[in-house]
Amino acid sequence: MYLLTLASKSLANRKFTAILTIAAIALSVALLLAVERVRNDAKLSFTNTISGTDLIVGARSGSIQLLLYSVFRIGSPTNNISWESYEDIVSNPLVKWAIPISLGDSHRGFRVMGTNTDYFEHYRYAREKPLGFQSGQAFDDLYDAVIGAEVAQALGYQIGSKIVVAHGAGDVSFIDHGDKPFTVVGILERTATPVDRTVHVSLEAIEAIHIDWQSGAQIPGLKIDAETARKMNLSPKLITGFMLGLKSRISTFKLQREINEYKEEPLLAIIPGVALQELWNLMSVAERALLIISAFVIAIGLVGMLAMILSSLNERRREMAILRSAGARPSHIVGLLTSEAILLAVLGVVSGIVLFYLLLFISGPLIEDRYGLVFSVKMLSGYELTLLGIVILSAILMGLIPAYRAYRNSLNDGISIKL
Amino acid sequence: MSDPIININNLCFHWNLQQQPVLNIKQLLIEPGQRLFIEGPSGSGKTSLLNLIGAVTVPTSGSITILGQDISRLKSSARDSFRADHIGFIFQQFNLVPYLSMVENVTLPCHFSVSRKSKAGDLREQALRLLTHLGLDNPDLHKKPVTELSVGQQQRVAAARAVIGKPEIIIADEPTSALDTDTREAFIKLLFEECSESSSTLIFVSHERSLGRLFDRHIHLPDINQANATAQAGQ
Ligand SMILES: Nc1ncnc2c1ncn2[C@@H]1O[C@H](COP(=O)(O)OP(=O)(O)OP(=O)(O)O)[C@@H](O)[C@H]1O
Ligand SMILES: [Mg+2]
Repeated sequence: MYLLTLASKSLANRKFTAILTIAAIALSVALLLAVERVRNDAKLSFTNTISGTDLIVGARSGSIQLLLYSVFRIGSPTNNISWESYEDIVSNPLVKWAIPISLGDSHRGFRVMGTNTDYFEHYRYAREKPLGFQSGQAFDDLYDAVIGAEVAQALGYQIGSKIVVAHGAGDVSFIDHGDKPFTVVGILERTATPVDRTVHVSLEAIEAIHIDWQSGAQIPGLKIDAETARKMNLSPKLITGFMLGLKSRISTFKLQREINEYKEEPLLAIIPGVALQELWNLMSVAERALLIISAFVIAIGLVGMLAMILSSLNERRREMAILRSAGARPSHIVGLLTSEAILLAVLGVVSGIVLFYLLLFISGPLIEDRYGLVFSVKMLSGYELTLLGIVILSAILMGLIPAYRAYRNSLNDGISIKL
Repeated sequence: MSDPIININNLCFHWNLQQQPVLNIKQLLIEPGQRLFIEGPSGSGKTSLLNLIGAVTVPTSGSITILGQDISRLKSSARDSFRADHIGFIFQQFNLVPYLSMVENVTLPCHFSVSRKSKAGDLREQALRLLTHLGLDNPDLHKKPVTELSVGQQQRVAAARAVIGKPEIIIADEPTSALDTDTREAFIKLLFEECSESSSTLIFVSHERSLGRLFDRHIHLPDINQANATAQAGQ
């Protein structure tokens, strides 16, 4: 115990280098925890986003790409598919329900998704949880919109708020569909999935706001106002994709093959779980690389500590000799230096944990906002604690190196103090 | 005459067996409570002798018995605890642990020796008492880092540390050589008082022959050390 007191006083005497060493360990620990948390929570967050959907269908592209834009609203679709294909496939007797989706517009940074009311009925997230309404109900009128909980909170919208949809998915869009404002009629309950950050309108509404547009630009001279548009044919012609629920899981592969071999149009059907797995496989390389990098960063932090203690040894030979003359045994010298390593490591790890939670508090909402990944501010997991234990243990083992050096020195020097 | 506290017999000591011995002493008896002054030219083996008396090293041959304990029979860890319990040290200069306060420096040996701790009683109180005795009772002084004390003040702190917990033997290796003449004698007087108080035997080394008159006994090391004589005879 007294050695710990001595060690802390000795470190306090070398405040500057001690703090730098602690900071290096803290930063590396915070990085390790962040990498670990991102790994786990990203997986959980992604896995929880969709449930109960057997197939997702879109234009032929990569399966991960399709998964990302249809479910996570990341990236944008390359191509649309025709309404005829949709109706054709949905008429298959194996299909129990279908949710068509149409993406491409946004509202103040939030994606707008055209769909129908089946979405509110059949879409499931987490463990087969259905969507629920915080207030209001599904859209009914052409210019009705249902918004996710995050949209409502971030923009302060309530039932009755008017919103204008912009063209394109960017944060800032200069062209908008200002002539056809929507009214918020429903706000969904929070789901901790990208649904929270989505504005939902009917497929017909998507048609209506684009009726005087062609290939991404307003047709010059043609201006059709909101009321006139109501009277025109608004049945959808193109959609981005659709989600399917089947009567029986067993038929999933059969239908998937049929869709992938669909003759009228190149389509791609994916099984969400399988595509997620592909995504993990893709990410596991990066994940492992990140983990290795953070392990190295920890090692660098600890080597810094080692260097700090070792470099102090020479100038502390006199101090050691004084301690020896006051009765300290060589084992006490070993204890003193090991205690210093332990103190530095423990302080480093503790400040690392604090730093990590600070980061989580500050950047968590930003990441959720931008990428839809939800990081829970929860206690450290057993695995994370084990990792930290390993860090402290390595620090102690490394601390034995200078301790041994000092032990040798103190045996050689004895208690004689040379200048 | 009481039993000697230190008994040296036919002692021979080499730093390096290939070379001539540094010390070769037929007999040296030191009585308890004695204030012994040892002087001799530089390189004559004063510090080497103190290392033996302090149980830091062991003789090459012959025996040295301290407090009835034959030192050469003890393993180094046993010598370590023997030293911690029974011997207080004062060195020439820079005796203090820089990151400890004055009081903490004084109480340091008590944390490594149970017997010195129990003899000291309340550590802080005892340290303050010793420091007051040695004229270091100014509270402003206690707040200063010890590295900012004058050399004389540092040596007095070292003296307090040497005597705390009443070790039987105090070894002082040129503790006054960094002090000026006036401070020197004052320091020695204070050291005497502390040694009487704790009834410790004082072994004081210096090359300042003039200080010898203050002590009970005065040894000119070359007089009892035959090492140089044999070395010269061999040449
Ligand atoms: N650690 C050591 N290793 C090897 N030889 C040593 C060591 N310490 C001292 N010596 C040698 O032993 C001899 C006696 O040295 P010692 O330090 O005992 O002299 P001293 O009388 O204390 O001198 P001074 O007055 O200069 O302190 C010297 O020749 C010295 O070179
Ligand atoms: Mg000497």
